[in-house]
Amino acid sequence: MLNRRALLAAPLLLAVPARASQSAAPMRVLASFSILADIVKKVGGERVAVEALVGPGADAHAFQPSPADAGKAAAARLVVVNGLGFDPWMERLAAAAGAKDRIVVAARDVPALKAADAHDGHAHASDLDPHAWQSAPNMRRYVGTIRAALEQADPQGDYAAGATTFLAELDALDADIRVAVAALPPNRRKVVTTHDAFGYFAAEYGLAFLAPKGVSNEAEPSARDLARIIRQIREEKIPAVFLENVVDPRLMQRIAAETGARIGGKLYSDSLSPPDGPAPTYLAMMRHNIRELTTALAP
Amino acid sequence: MSLDLLSAFAEFGFMRRALAGCLALSLAGAPIGTFLLLRRMSLVGDALAHAILPGAALGYLAAGLSLGAMTLGGLIAGFVVALLAGLVARATSLREDASLAAFYLLSLALGVVIISTRGSNVDLLRVLFGSVLALDDPTLTLLAGVASLTLLVFALIYRPLALETADPGFLASVSRSGGPAHLVFMALLVLNLVAGFHALGTLLSVGLMILPAATARLWTRSVGAMMALAAALGFASSLAGLALSYAQGWPTGPAIILCAGVVYALSLAFGRAGGLAARA
Repeated sequence: MLNRRALLAAPLLLAVPARASQSAAPMRVLASFSILADIVKKVGGERVAVEALVGPGADAHAFQPSPADAGKAAAARLVVVNGLGFDPWMERLAAAAGAKDRIVVAARDVPALKAADAHDGHAHASDLDPHAWQSAPNMRRYVGTIRAALEQADPQGDYAAGATTFLAELDALDADIRVAVAALPPNRRKVVTTHDAFGYFAAEYGLAFLAPKGVSNEAEPSARDLARIIRQIREEKIPAVFLENVVDPRLMQRIAAETGARIGGKLYSDSLSPPDGPAPTYLAMMRHNIRELTTALAP
Repeated sequence: MSLDLLSAFAEFGFMRRALAGCLALSLAGAPIGTFLLLRRMSLVGDALAHAILPGAALGYLAAGLSLGAMTLGGLIAGFVVALLAGLVARATSLREDASLAAFYLLSLALGVVIISTRGSNVDLLRVLFGSVLALDDPTLTLLAGVASLTLLVFALIYRPLALETADPGFLASVSRSGGPAHLVFMALLVLNLVAGFHALGTLLSVGLMILPAATARLWTRSVGAMMALAAALGFASSLAGLALSYAQGWPTGPAIILCAGVVYALSLAFGRAGGLAARA
């Protein structure tokens, strides 16, 4: 009997050195989309191997997980979701993969805004606006939450250095955006973009974003929606319209043609660009966006 | 209301463009829909519209949001499926409807696989189906060109096609033009579906073919009158649907199809040539 117990315990003993050597290998983290993955990489550095389920350039609103994705969730030590109704499929996926207690909701400590027009048909699971990462102060809160979760999942790791460096970069970004917006004449601080994902950016930095399609890109636009936005651009003399990286650009070109508004470049809101694009990281994305906005809005 | 609507067309270019696009689609869709109906092929349009997907997707992946590449890809996919279905029907014991169903399902599945290999970019589907509210110059030119070509070619194949539809045995005994006429007809169908596909979306392009033709059939037995009535009904439904979309905020494509559906339902009840009231 005793012998048998010793035999059963043997693998456990063997497992101890195995585990010690494992901690040198990077910890596997799964994020729901590319922006979260970038934040985890910034905070975790070499110590984490992070993967995004919805990669650069893809649309997280319409994502449908595959069985392989459930495998990734099961293999991850930490699953990072945005929350606020942005990626409910990810929480279901992680729960189904048995990773329910390893989920961290990155937007947990963010003061949530209501979605711009929650009464219109859209795809988000709650009536909150989930795009909280579009403001640098909110991103500071994301960093705090993600750092705490990483430290809990990997107590031996040191996540203070990565987090501190990133927070300093966020502060610099925040200051730069405020300077750039302040340089614009107040009557030119408004744009139209296909996807209303900039609610937090608008609230934080004082630019107005109008969308022809409501908060998500799910519903087909009606002639009335389009007529309203065109009339609004004409009447309020809105200087610029922006094509978003995930939505049908033909509609936007139509609006620009009918109003004479300037067509701005691509704004990145819900996903990063591929590595060779203009917005491969969160910081690059925010700097790219403010550069595009100020270029199009400059008198 | 009517004045308000008139001013809407005067005020907004996209309303005029949508109407022009729908006019082209109604004109070309009427003869095609009429003959689909008479040849008992009403569901073929829908099947082929789905078969176009992998071609349009490949065109998009190769050349981006390019009208030419997506049109070419869609045309090739549509022709391949239509021809293969016809070949299989002649060479094996399967009927054409069964082989067409098989090939369009395969084609559709292939299209979804092609789209999903590009990361998880589900949004591509939305790019492939255009919006009637966003017709730009090249798309309008394509629609008008396809409609003109369709009407011209129809004038050429009308006699053999009508004869083959009514009495294929008789046509085969006096002429060999039945087979070619059918092929040209299928080519026109694919051409119109491809043009409608990324200009307006599948629902709208197939809907504007079938519903007005079915409605017209309930009022007249003459093929020529059916085609004329179907074109007029298609255009009237487009106008009403656009107006509804403008006044009530309904999505435009479905609003147009629903308007055509209302006329269809009324005609089912009151149509002089085979409606419920006429039969009672």
